[in-house]
Amino acid sequence: MMMDDLKLTALPEKEVPISHHRFEPYVDNGGTVLAVAGSNYCIVAGDTRMSDGGYGIQTRHYTKVFKLTDKCVIATSGMQADTIALRKRLDTQLRQYERDHGKSMSTPAIAQFLSNTLYHKRFFPFYTFNLVAGVDEDGIGCVWTYDAVGSHERVRFSSQGSGNQLIQPLLDNQVGKFNQQIVDGPRELSAEQALSLVKDAITSAGERDIYTGDFADIVTIDQKGVHFEKFDLKLD
Amino acid sequence: MSSEHFKYPVFGQVDYFKYNNVASQLASHTPSPSHSQELGAKKRTVDPIVTGTSVIAIKYNGGVVMGADTLLSYGSLARFNNIERMKKFGKSTIIGAGGEYSDFQNLSQVLDDLVVDDGCTDDGTTLSTTEIWNYIARVMYNRRNKGDPYWNSLVVIGHDNNKSFLGKVDLVGTCYQDNFIASGYGSHIALPLLRKAYKEDMTLDEAKTLIQDCLRVLFYRDARSSRFIQLSIANADGLVITEQIALDTDKWDSGDSAKKKKNQDGRKKKNNYRNDSTQVILEYGHNVV
Amino acid sequence: MENLNRGGFTFDLCKRNDLIEKTGLKMKGFLKTGTTIVGVVYKDGVVLGADTRATEGPIVADKNCEKIHYIADNIYCCGAGTAADTENTTNLISSKLKLHQLATGKQPRVITALTMLKQMLFKYQGHVSAALILGGVDVIGGVVTPSLFTIHPHGSTDQLPYVTMGSGSLAAMAIFEAFYKKDMTKLEAMTLVADAIKSGIFNDLGSGSNVDVTVISQEGVEIHRGYEKPNERKYRSNPYNFKKGTAPVLSTSTLEPLGSRIIIEDVTMEG
Repeated sequence: MMMDDLKLTALPEKEVPISHHRFEPYVDNGGTVLAVAGSNYCIVAGDTRMSDGGYGIQTRHYTKVFKLTDKCVIATSGMQADTIALRKRLDTQLRQYERDHGKSMSTPAIAQFLSNTLYHKRFFPFYTFNLVAGVDEDGIGCVWTYDAVGSHERVRFSSQGSGNQLIQPLLDNQVGKFNQQIVDGPRELSAEQALSLVKDAITSAGERDIYTGDFADIVTIDQKGVHFEKFDLKLD
Repeated sequence: MSSEHFKYPVFGQVDYFKYNNVASQLASHTPSPSHSQELGAKKRTVDPIVTGTSVIAIKYNGGVVMGADTLLSYGSLARFNNIERMKKFGKSTIIGAGGEYSDFQNLSQVLDDLVVDDGCTDDGTTLSTTEIWNYIARVMYNRRNKGDPYWNSLVVIGHDNNKSFLGKVDLVGTCYQDNFIASGYGSHIALPLLRKAYKEDMTLDEAKTLIQDCLRVLFYRDARSSRFIQLSIANADGLVITEQIALDTDKWDSGDSAKKKKNQDGRKKKNNYRNDSTQVILEYGHNVV
Repeated sequence: MENLNRGGFTFDLCKRNDLIEKTGLKMKGFLKTGTTIVGVVYKDGVVLGADTRATEGPIVADKNCEKIHYIADNIYCCGAGTAADTENTTNLISSKLKLHQLATGKQPRVITALTMLKQMLFKYQGHVSAALILGGVDVIGGVVTPSLFTIHPHGSTDQLPYVTMGSGSLAAMAIFEAFYKKDMTKLEAMTLVADAIKSGIFNDLGSGSNVDVTVISQEGVEIHRGYEKPNERKYRSNPYNFKKGTAPVLSTSTLEPLGSRIIIEDVTMEG
């Protein structure tokens, strides 16, 4: 009987101030990545700026391109914390695969695996925008482009991130040669031409997109392996 | 908020952690013990209460220096004036914390346990700074995934195997390393100064002076900061967290009235113009010094 | 009741806009100059500085815009906020001040420009988003007075020896707080202003491109458009050339030259 009296009751009626400032789990750290594939090469570029989600630069040296195997890289823009988590997942799984099978996973298999990994978090997604790029088992250049929840497509070239809307039309025109009746020279770019184009594209994105800049990683993938190169962009 | 229509979940606008549910259920005040978990009884940091402000750090030739003031604020109240916001972990790591202080204390406990457990393995190795930083990054990221973040930004410095380490982690798990780092208000005010003044191979004294100069400017402009600071240093000799240092702020007199009346020959004339309250305060400042 | 409101200011459209926005319609975004602007008083005048980036969301809309506006021969004004608002407020006050000058026959004073600007901005209750730095010199009876003010969008003002505004204001102010000193020479002041602007350019994503500097003193006004250009493009690939015929020809039609439709004849003038 006594216990009944002592039982805790609900708080008295009163206006509960609802916090306007709720925790926001997503931050967009910006950045641009792009990739162009040829018949025996693949070139990937990503800037190294990491913004704080607003008007600040957290660091000028954050590499968005990550080597997965000797024939494959993943280039990711979007939220950096999710990117790191995603990379760790892929990396551990790929190492495990290598131990289990005595060879590294093929690039097309990685592409499908990434899609599964992204869709696994369909209702609390990784806020990441990915490109998987490299060469396949036959040494042919390949690029896969994704949305945040795993929808993907194999393409010859693509871009992702904050400068995507500036770069994609340029690639459509210069690599895809879309809607052009006569094309001067061969339809496919040489590795040198593609390299030059990729550098120009990321430079141009740096001119007009405030979240792209500082430096760029230019990555070349072919039968010989993955080769990283640093490239200067504007710091403003 | 509520709508008669069916709402499709819009990416990036989903109430992942049921904040709205908690709020609406609280408002309808029909609590029952079995649901108390969802009713906000579950503790999580939704708003920081007792907070520390910026932490800044730079690498120099042979180690890393970090600086932070010793103030803890309670909203706009300067609540505790002499609290260390930098703490040693293991033999080679110091962490400086901004944001909710109780969260940092809780995290400290977790990390101390980690260091002790590592010591108990007695395998002759100790946790490196990189390992601790990586661990913190995972802890912070996992807490954000639960919607229950540690409301901090943490600057991690250390020196082991003759290598300096400087990294940062924030409440959503963003983590990176750089040659200089500033958190909180420091990322707006100190970082530009660091980017301008930083050069490789600074001496310890140069680095300490630079940190103090930055903290002084922060004190001028960050209303949640204080003049009393501490420095911590990680180098081959080990770890040091200094006693409290009072920054000299005699540069207050840099603020002068914009109006200056001069005769044509350049001699200053007494300024009779209104709106000169600034000058009075500044002269008062001079008298004190 | 209606008569009572005559001459006053109404914000019906603002309320309407709020209402419309609540129904889900988004207002068109305007060109913003997410900006760094600064000003410093030196020994015998004022130095104003600005970056030259104008943004539209995350996109750079103008890489070399002018943010230091003319008010009068002895007064200039830096503007941050919505580009149209800063341009029109400064223009309007500039022209009103010119009329005032013509009426009084005297050189306009900085305090007059300040009062006109703040009264206008206050009238619009912050809906005109112009954040301004007003600087100039008054020469009254042989006495030279440099003065420098900030004006916030709601109409509040203050007067200080060094000021910054815009999204890069903290980055620029950090430089001022660390390096400002009293009674600088012109060159010292210009260098400090350029450093403050560069701090905004390199650390604030809303600011970028070049440094503009304007010096106002008794000797007159020096306008340094592009005082520093630290952000030239670093790489350019071969030019993109398209062969003639790249674009498909869908249809052709020939137009008669205009000349064939014109008859030229001499007309003799009468009487």
